Amino acid sequence: MDRQALIRRLAEIVGPQGVISERNQLRTYECDGLANFRVIPSVVVLPETADQARDTVRACAEAGVPFVARGSGTGLSGGALPVSDGVLIVLARMRRVLEVDLDNQRAVVEPGVLNLQVTKEVAGDGFYYAPDPSSQQICSIGGNVAENSGGAHCLKYGFTTNHVTGLEVVLPDGELVHLGGGKAPDPPGYDLLGAFVGSEGTLGITTKITLRLLRKPEAVRTLMAAFDGTDQAGDAVSSIIGAGIVPAAIEMMDALAMEAAEAAVHVHYPEEAGAVLIVELDGPEAECEHQFDEVERLCREAGSTTIQIAESDDQRALFWKGRKSAFAAVGRISPDYYVQDGVIPRTALPEVLRRITELADERGLRVANVFHAGDGNLHPLVLYDGEVEGQEERAEELAAEILLTCLEHGGSITGEHGVGFDKKQYMPRQFSAADLDAMQLVRCAFDPEGRSNPGKVFPTPRLCGERPGPRRVHPAEQAGLAEVF
Amino acid sequence: MGAQELEDGGLVRPAPPGTAVDGVPVARVARPGSVSEASQVLAGAAADGLAVVFVGGASKLGLGNPPERVDLVVATERLDQVLEHAAGDLVVRVQGGTRLADLQAALAPAGQWLALDPPEPGATVGGVVAANASGPRRLRYGTVRDLIIGITVVLADGTVAKAGGKVVKNVAGYDLAKLFCGSLGTLGMVAEATFRLHPLPAAAAVVTLEVDTPEQLGAAVAPLLRSALEPSAVELAWPDRQLPGRLTVVFEGIQPGVEAQAAACAELLGRVGTAVVAGPGETDAALDGLGVLPFEKADVGVKVACPPAELPAVLADLRDGPLAWAGPVSGHAGTGVLWMASDAREGELEADGGQIVPALARGIAEARERLAACGGSLVVVKAPPELKRGVDAWGPAGDALGLMRRVKERFDPDRRLGPGRFVGGI
Repeated sequence: MDRQALIRRLAEIVGPQGVISERNQLRTYECDGLANFRVIPSVVVLPETADQARDTVRACAEAGVPFVARGSGTGLSGGALPVSDGVLIVLARMRRVLEVDLDNQRAVVEPGVLNLQVTKEVAGDGFYYAPDPSSQQICSIGGNVAENSGGAHCLKYGFTTNHVTGLEVVLPDGELVHLGGGKAPDPPGYDLLGAFVGSEGTLGITTKITLRLLRKPEAVRTLMAAFDGTDQAGDAVSSIIGAGIVPAAIEMMDALAMEAAEAAVHVHYPEEAGAVLIVELDGPEAECEHQFDEVERLCREAGSTTIQIAESDDQRALFWKGRKSAFAAVGRISPDYYVQDGVIPRTALPEVLRRITELADERGLRVANVFHAGDGNLHPLVLYDGEVEGQEERAEELAAEILLTCLEHGGSITGEHGVGFDKKQYMPRQFSAADLDAMQLVRCAFDPEGRSNPGKVFPTPRLCGERPGPRRVHPAEQAGLAEVF
Repeated sequence: MGAQELEDGGLVRPAPPGTAVDGVPVARVARPGSVSEASQVLAGAAADGLAVVFVGGASKLGLGNPPERVDLVVATERLDQVLEHAAGDLVVRVQGGTRLADLQAALAPAGQWLALDPPEPGATVGGVVAANASGPRRLRYGTVRDLIIGITVVLADGTVAKAGGKVVKNVAGYDLAKLFCGSLGTLGMVAEATFRLHPLPAAAAVVTLEVDTPEQLGAAVAPLLRSALEPSAVELAWPDRQLPGRLTVVFEGIQPGVEAQAAACAELLGRVGTAVVAGPGETDAALDGLGVLPFEKADVGVKVACPPAELPAVLADLRDGPLAWAGPVSGHAGTGVLWMASDAREGELEADGGQIVPALARGIAEARERLAACGGSLVVVKAPPELKRGVDAWGPAGDALGLMRRVKERFDPDRRLGPGRFVGGI
């Protein structure tokens, strides 16, 4: 099927207003939140219903073209980067909250529903949706499912994968299936829902998502503790965890990150502070109060110079605003910056932070550190000026070195932003060929033709049907029928 | 290298006479002492086309349908090492054959535990993963899928592969660990697993309420789940339907916290009946008795899963209808799981000459139809061979069964790992 025929077929499915094929309009979709990589897709389709999404995927299957799903396009690893000969399926128009069932603590939503919208929907009844990525005002639930999004509060409450209990999925061949039990626990069969969440769009497209809702905790207490440096702040984190306390969140910002956030949102961080911790506890009142006093004491013992306690919801919101806007705020102190996402065992924090400083010094660059200290998820922001010759290359090099440092300490190349297009070349550093081949078995079961978000997550996947061993040219590839993505 | 060579090398031995898996005789047994030995054993089994069943603590061997054949049992009992306990990171890496109780004992001195409390004594970590075993505290901590962060598996051809890692937060690559949760050894062997840990609670409090009817149970549980209270477990035990059942609500944490919550809970449940906060001496006894399965002495046991708010109605409907033969019942009232046992004592069914079997099978089929309306399921977890021949242990697996089969074909193309044990004859 040629491009024009496919466009006509897609317009039959979603109507002409749901298909974009003009080059200028297509440019809107050439990248996601990671603007370093840009590809103009062949066609963009905006389905409004699950049936339309299924028929769109089916049309792609019939035409033998690849497709990429996109939600709000806020991803930071190029997971929704289009493919030039493929269809970009944008799910942002599927925005209905289909059902709220408070008795069973579930909501059923379409993939384009925004993360924060779910909480808004049920807040009046005392419920909320726990995963809270920093982009929660604009990121979509479908995108969260694809990326297994985290957020500041996943230390206590887990990630998207722990809060999704049912999925309706369009498989790459156009078949519609239901994964997970939805409202009922322990459905018989393989946990394909577990395999799907976090698969970064490579196994199919979700059209309906059942989410777990939580009751709002009885009490929430938040403090912001300043320290001379990240070492002391790290000690405080260790003693809090060591005391058997599981805070809802522990976030750390270093001096440079504070400088940026201060410029943007005026949190009034203590001057001279080398690091600040935001610690939030929630739960039943009596427990929360008791442990909050202990956290305050442990912070002082670790050398905290100033402790501010949020006395109101507004003040708490301000603490968090500084933290959640830190990425964007860095734009105020540096013309360009690169957001890195890596994970280390929490106890390796002081050592890794020192190493990051050394690596940055060697290259004459600055790194602002903002991270989820409780679970060792680092977000070093590598600052550079693209106008200065060689800085961009050095920044990329530094960002890569930071990842390798994470791996040396037994960590991971991504804690929440995903592998996407950006980090696939590092996958063989974290996993052996056998590990990647085992993951490929899942891919081949869902998507034997490799048409769903090709070229993401895996560096050079085998074609399905190939036996493990030295890479050979697949007959289909030789005949020009398939391309190795 | 095939099975004969492995036998010559001592890795595989003839099974002792009478060895069987769910009534199916077993010819050979292997007890690998390392992941690499397990890999050799599975590669050998692949070379000879042997059908393999993995056995941990043998506490759930009757789960699923009987395997079509078993040429080789691979026992994980020698893979019993706690490899790495990073207490400061609340993470543990452990071999699959480690008994859960031994792991908990190793973690306790650091004030930590793996937050899983399945009822089967002697269960191994690998078995808990493979069978997706859970207990009362799943209400608070989730199930094994929510706690596993990394896995090392040995695949059907002997390949050793891992996924995840040893950091709690990690989205690199597919989450194969979750795929293996509940896969009942049909995709490969769980050689190692890494888990996130939780602090051991310092204090506990228990509130109990007698319930005369399922309606009363619902009237008690619904407001509890809507409240801001955070129980670790909300358990139902109803050993004799002629007598009242008992609802047990457990709070765990620090002393002032659990006391306040128990008091608030007692007040809430007090609107429905006589709620009692257990005294200091009674709390431990109540916790010890928590989550015990009701069918240890019965012939037939089923697990019913349904949306938690439907549980009281489902209990009433099944007990008065298709599962009228059910006697003792227990369940996780907060999560939507019921365990129902036949009233017949163990062996009675056999003595009956199998007369009752068609009636049981009909009841199970009808119960499944009714449960389908609320998206629930019924799994037969204990049954004598006569019944197992007449009824599928799992029931329908939904519209993703075809996809499940394709996953199985990729992992085990020769269909040698526990053939026939899993859903849809997988």
